Amino acid sequence: MDLTTTYMGLELEHPVVASAGPLSQTVAGVQGLVEGGASGVVLHSLFEEQLRAEVARDEQLIESQSNAFAEALDYFPTAPITTKSAAYTYLSLVERSAKAVDVPIIASLNGADLGGWVEFAREVADAGAAALELNIYLVPGDVAITGSVVIKRHLEIVAAVTDAVSIPVAVKLSPYFSSVGHVALQLVDAGASGLVLFNRFLNPDIDIETLGPDPEFALSTPQEGRLPRTWIASLRNHTTASLAGSSGVESSEDVVKYLLAGADVVMTTAALIRHGRSYARELVGGLQSWMVRKQFASLEQVRGMLAVPAISDGEAMRRGGYVDAIQNAKARYGSL
Amino acid sequence: MTKSIIDGNEAAASVAYRLNELCSIYPITPSSTMAELADEWASRGQTNVFGVRPTVIEMQSEGGAAGALHGALQGGAMSTTFTASQGLLLMIPNMYKIAGELTSTVFHVAARSIAAQGLSIFGDHQDVMAVRQTGFALLGSASVQEAHDFAAIAQLATLRSRVPFLHFFDGFRTSHELNTLDMLSDDELRTFVPEELIREHRSRALSPEHPYIRGTAQNPDTYFQSRETVNPFYAKVPGIVRDAMDSFAELTGRQYRLVEYHGDPEAERVIVIMGSAAQTTIQAVEHLNANGEKVGVVQIRLYRPFPVAEVLAALPQTATKVAVMDRTKEPGAGGEPLFLDVTSALAEAVASGDRSGLPRVIGGRYGLSSKEFTPGMVVGVFDELAKPSPRPRFTVGINDDVSLTSIDYPGWLDVESPETLRAVFYGIGSDGTVGANKNTIKILGHREGTYAQGYFVYDSKKSGSRTVSHLRFGPKPITAPYLVNAAGFIGVHHWSILERVDVLRQAREGTVVLVNAPYPPEELFARLPRRMQERLIELGCELWTIDANAVARAAGMGNRTNTVLQTCFFAISKVMPREAAIEEVKESIRTTYGRRGPEVVAKNEAAVDAAVAHLHRVEVPEEAASQVGMIPPVPDHAPDFVRDVTSVMLLDEGDSLPVSALPVDGTYPSGTTQYEKRNISDIIAVWDEDACIQCGNCAFVCPHSVLRAKYYDEASLAGAPASFQAAELNAAGLPGARYTLQVYAEDCTGCGLCVEACPVKVADGGGRKAINLAPVLERGPARENVAFFESIPVNMRSRVDFGTVRGVQYLEPLFEFSGACSGCGETPYLKLLSQLFGGRASIANATGCSSIYGGNLPTTPWSSNKYGRGPAWSNSLFEDNAEFGLGLRLAADLHTRLARERLEQMRAEVDDDGLVDGILDNDQLYESDISAQFRAVEELKFLLNRLDGPRAADLRSVADHLIRRSVWIVGGDGWAYDIGSGGLDHVLASGRNVNVLVLDTEVYSNTGGQASKATPMGAVAKFASGGKETISKDLAMQAIAYGNVYVARIAMGADPQQTLKAFREAEAYDGPSLILAYSHCIAHGIDMAKGLDQQYLAVNSGHWPLMRFNPVLRLQGRNPFLLDSPRPRFPLRNYHDNELRFRMLKAADPEAAERMVEFGQMQVNRRWNDYEEMSNRSAAEFAADAKE
Repeated sequence: MDLTTTYMGLELEHPVVASAGPLSQTVAGVQGLVEGGASGVVLHSLFEEQLRAEVARDEQLIESQSNAFAEALDYFPTAPITTKSAAYTYLSLVERSAKAVDVPIIASLNGADLGGWVEFAREVADAGAAALELNIYLVPGDVAITGSVVIKRHLEIVAAVTDAVSIPVAVKLSPYFSSVGHVALQLVDAGASGLVLFNRFLNPDIDIETLGPDPEFALSTPQEGRLPRTWIASLRNHTTASLAGSSGVESSEDVVKYLLAGADVVMTTAALIRHGRSYARELVGGLQSWMVRKQFASLEQVRGMLAVPAISDGEAMRRGGYVDAIQNAKARYGSL
Repeated sequence: MTKSIIDGNEAAASVAYRLNELCSIYPITPSSTMAELADEWASRGQTNVFGVRPTVIEMQSEGGAAGALHGALQGGAMSTTFTASQGLLLMIPNMYKIAGELTSTVFHVAARSIAAQGLSIFGDHQDVMAVRQTGFALLGSASVQEAHDFAAIAQLATLRSRVPFLHFFDGFRTSHELNTLDMLSDDELRTFVPEELIREHRSRALSPEHPYIRGTAQNPDTYFQSRETVNPFYAKVPGIVRDAMDSFAELTGRQYRLVEYHGDPEAERVIVIMGSAAQTTIQAVEHLNANGEKVGVVQIRLYRPFPVAEVLAALPQTATKVAVMDRTKEPGAGGEPLFLDVTSALAEAVASGDRSGLPRVIGGRYGLSSKEFTPGMVVGVFDELAKPSPRPRFTVGINDDVSLTSIDYPGWLDVESPETLRAVFYGIGSDGTVGANKNTIKILGHREGTYAQGYFVYDSKKSGSRTVSHLRFGPKPITAPYLVNAAGFIGVHHWSILERVDVLRQAREGTVVLVNAPYPPEELFARLPRRMQERLIELGCELWTIDANAVARAAGMGNRTNTVLQTCFFAISKVMPREAAIEEVKESIRTTYGRRGPEVVAKNEAAVDAAVAHLHRVEVPEEAASQVGMIPPVPDHAPDFVRDVTSVMLLDEGDSLPVSALPVDGTYPSGTTQYEKRNISDIIAVWDEDACIQCGNCAFVCPHSVLRAKYYDEASLAGAPASFQAAELNAAGLPGARYTLQVYAEDCTGCGLCVEACPVKVADGGGRKAINLAPVLERGPARENVAFFESIPVNMRSRVDFGTVRGVQYLEPLFEFSGACSGCGETPYLKLLSQLFGGRASIANATGCSSIYGGNLPTTPWSSNKYGRGPAWSNSLFEDNAEFGLGLRLAADLHTRLARERLEQMRAEVDDDGLVDGILDNDQLYESDISAQFRAVEELKFLLNRLDGPRAADLRSVADHLIRRSVWIVGGDGWAYDIGSGGLDHVLASGRNVNVLVLDTEVYSNTGGQASKATPMGAVAKFASGGKETISKDLAMQAIAYGNVYVARIAMGADPQQTLKAFREAEAYDGPSLILAYSHCIAHGIDMAKGLDQQYLAVNSGHWPLMRFNPVLRLQGRNPFLLDSPRPRFPLRNYHDNELRFRMLKAADPEAAERMVEFGQMQVNRRWNDYEEMSNRSAAEFAADAKE
């Protein structure tokens, strides 16, 4: 059975890829993911502005404690803390991971403005990343910023980075645009080779004990796959860019659904955290069983089966889906 | 030849590291830096010149370091150590062994005072003089360059002679002085120390392949002769050192001699001296001879074995008067050691006919504890020698009005090259002044043909301390090991400094003075204190000003004024052409800040330009017109001692205090911080009486005792100042009572822990609490409010509920306003101790942070209540604190027993209405019992005062012991887990009623953050540069193993109520108690304002589970192990991520960091399970208490 797929020109053995997350912070972690069956690994994100801010904060911390008391002119060994050294950690992870495993390593950069992305992107590419994922993370909450500014900033970053590097660049985008599809296509026009749908904002909860925000994040749940699948289905026949489904992958059924909607690859971290790194193999196995049962011989036959045809009346279809859903709900829960 | 600018410690360590295979270390000021550097180099994989990466091992004490070193030497490794002061003293037993076995090694010592009447971290030769009898050769350096060179010479000499060497240089003066030097290259060192000598050293090692025994027990028949076998080896040492110095000269061009003479070849008066003061003396001698005198100086470099022949040869035959100067003190001796050595050499030479006449030799002491030794003092010594009958023993540099030993000397003698630019900067600790100056030294010192020197003086406080930087730059090497005077430039970086001390004491004619002031240039002069105005006029100074804070703020740099003020120095000091200087500053900014990104560089460069634009020259008028005086250091109502003595120290004029002003035995009045209103913070706590729920949490956690609460009758408010705050008391049973939480505004450091502890959230959306930080407005009303608050009586202890945090706020703290770091995590525990038990507590305090903020002069925080009762505090040493505290307990028990016996015996004479039984039967468990006992003992003393006879006198002398004495043994983890571990264990095992409080910061805080056995795995600390690889010791479990030790693990920020409970139970328990108190610390690399949050995380991540082990429960048949914190609700990672000590490893070695956090998590889980299991056991499953 042919499970191979292509993601931004990268040949993958099958479509289950480990998404950016805590499991890929070390080479051993990356190796574990690959041994567990992932056909590609997106490394955890390098938070560029945060990196700078942290370096500045730590240097300030050291400085503010120095040279104040004769017995203790400082409190730490003098090894300098630099963005270089922090970035070095990441670059070294890219380099060593790329050497350690034989699947593509995709580096991930996270940030909100242009900053030093171009420089970092270049360094990451030089370190051996097969591709780059831009995780443009504009934290919602600024009530003054206009939608057009947000979109403009995305496009600027994508254009600048794709100009600077020769490896393919994907954008992991947010679902919170007035017109997600249009933005997605603009990003492709700006140079993106792939789109990852969607980024999840790790919305903090409220801790009623400490009376403060609870920064603990929740892993995604299968329900969260519905929105990205809808958009993948809508975009599939409007772009040649690769599409990756991310969020809400818990079982192989979710993988199948993404593929049917039109995804080239399906990414997950939550399922691997919940069930262990080798769960990727189970997801692939489940996909395979399903294909056997449904008598599909290759992914090509599956991919995009349920995508919205380019020439159809998409609006009517989507509207129809909505009406159907309402009808189903009524049938199940009674008149709404 | 590589030119470099480093301090003496680095100079010595650089050579020691490169020539050794093992560094056996332990931190002690001022030598710690040498060990820290060795550890850093090793963790970076740097090799020595023979291609070996040295092993650096931190031991539990200097005794341990010497032991390990001795073993390594016997094992054949080239081994070294770095130490000072008490540390060197702890090495003495091994030093005898190492020397007795003729073992090659070099100890590098930053020579420091010895703790006697008081501890001092500063420099003199008391420590090295205390080991001159061990058999080590003693080689003394006089400068940073020499510290570098002699480290190599000593190494070669020890290998050639087999005699171990102690290489020393002056603590702080040399160890911490930055100076330009030529660095020895690896090739030079390799050439200088031939490898075959190392192989010979190895060949002497113990080996089972050719076994022998070393370290036999010898008897009267042979010990003596054996001791004499080494003589030929010692006889050869001077020659070997001389040869080493000669071959060093061939290699480097720098020629040294064992003993050097400088001066007129036919000098009549000669000084003999060693250490850095020799440089000063040489300068003064050259100056005097240039002015027609005939004087000279003999500089001793090799002190042991004492090179008699060289000393005699160096001393001109023409010398008729010789002053031998010792930087040490031997009470009761016929003279100090160098004096005795020189005298006996001369006497023997004369007696044997080798020398014609015996000059008059006098002995002088100078420079103890880094006391300045200036060219003027040298002149004073020569003047004394010129007298017909010079004083046979004298001191110089002090005013000894008691024993009249001190000689007079001219105040200031300028012997420096006029080409040298001298500059002085006044700053506040952590304001960036010292850092910027170090940077300036680098900028200027690295220019071709420029030499630089920097020396930095800090005051005794850890927060808001004053720093004075002394910088010199010039075209010739700078050999002036004394503070700058007659400076060409004086920078005053904070207005508050010039209001308090004389910042122009180092001024000369035409000095350029820069004042950072919040005032427009046209107002500046008028606002200066009158004395300063007069000095500016008198000296014709050039006055400049800038509002650096405003410029920095406008440039987006917050309150970091260092770039701005550094630019001003370059612009006006004339050290370089202005434009070139500004460009140098910018270049340095690009190097320093480049890694932080182009925006930061741009911001700093903009600040440089803004600095130049906002720098103004101020015309100095011809007459002083100011009515402004200096702010007095202490108020008029302060006690005599504080006004006469303490205040002088506060003015930085303690050098002028005569001997008679000081206590003879180191006994000082307590509670003197209250007179020093430091006003160190621009933001302070402000109480919102309407929002406050009077819970007491803020007062509980305040590290500086600046939040005090009282409740009182409405009537007490009569006459209150208008801004005095009060609220209705929020408590049942006291209708109409009022409550005030008073902020001691002048003492507040603005740390913000109170804000963090406040549970109130004012519903205005602004995140306000019932206590908030706000900018200081006017000081005056705050002062009045505090005075009024103090006039309200302190609440009676018997009417306060000690069992709650809410109640404790009404107890008077007897530990206040210490100079600890702002937001210190330790001091809240000490304050609580003082509130609960202070009136009857004796405290033994291990050396460390708590002994420094607890006992560093000029002012100290342990105080007393209105009855004059308060904690009696003493610091013995670092290593012996548990034993010392046990001694206090034993003495108290003896005297309690004696008092009870005498009282029984005198029953007939003093029994007054059941007084005797009342006293003897009172078990003093509750505060009301204790109050009754205080009253009864007062009555007893009153009765005794009317009785005569020895029994009455005897009882009177111990009657206070009838009040239950609370003995506390306080110290940090460096003491409890490491150096004092053995003693602590023994004291806990003694079963005696002592209370041990470990202020556990998990690191040596006082000496600058070295790892202890309490340091958690994965934390980066000095001596654990690559992250600590072992888990911390569970001291609680060790103590629990005894069964009869009360143990508590507490963290105030996580559960203040549990903290309170633990203190009270520990004190009430009639046996040993151990409290391990988690103390957040500046050395964790945290925002100190968030210290309590971090404590909460420490507990709730399982890093620091709260527990108590109460043997009393065991006796009652109940489970004594109480787990007080909830099951961990955060991963350990969350705790780690908030602290720089863990983040540093993540940045340097993420794989290791990950491994350690995972392992740490496993460890946390395992310990939690153990604790949980224990908390579910039955009583019988724990070790039984012998009392059972």
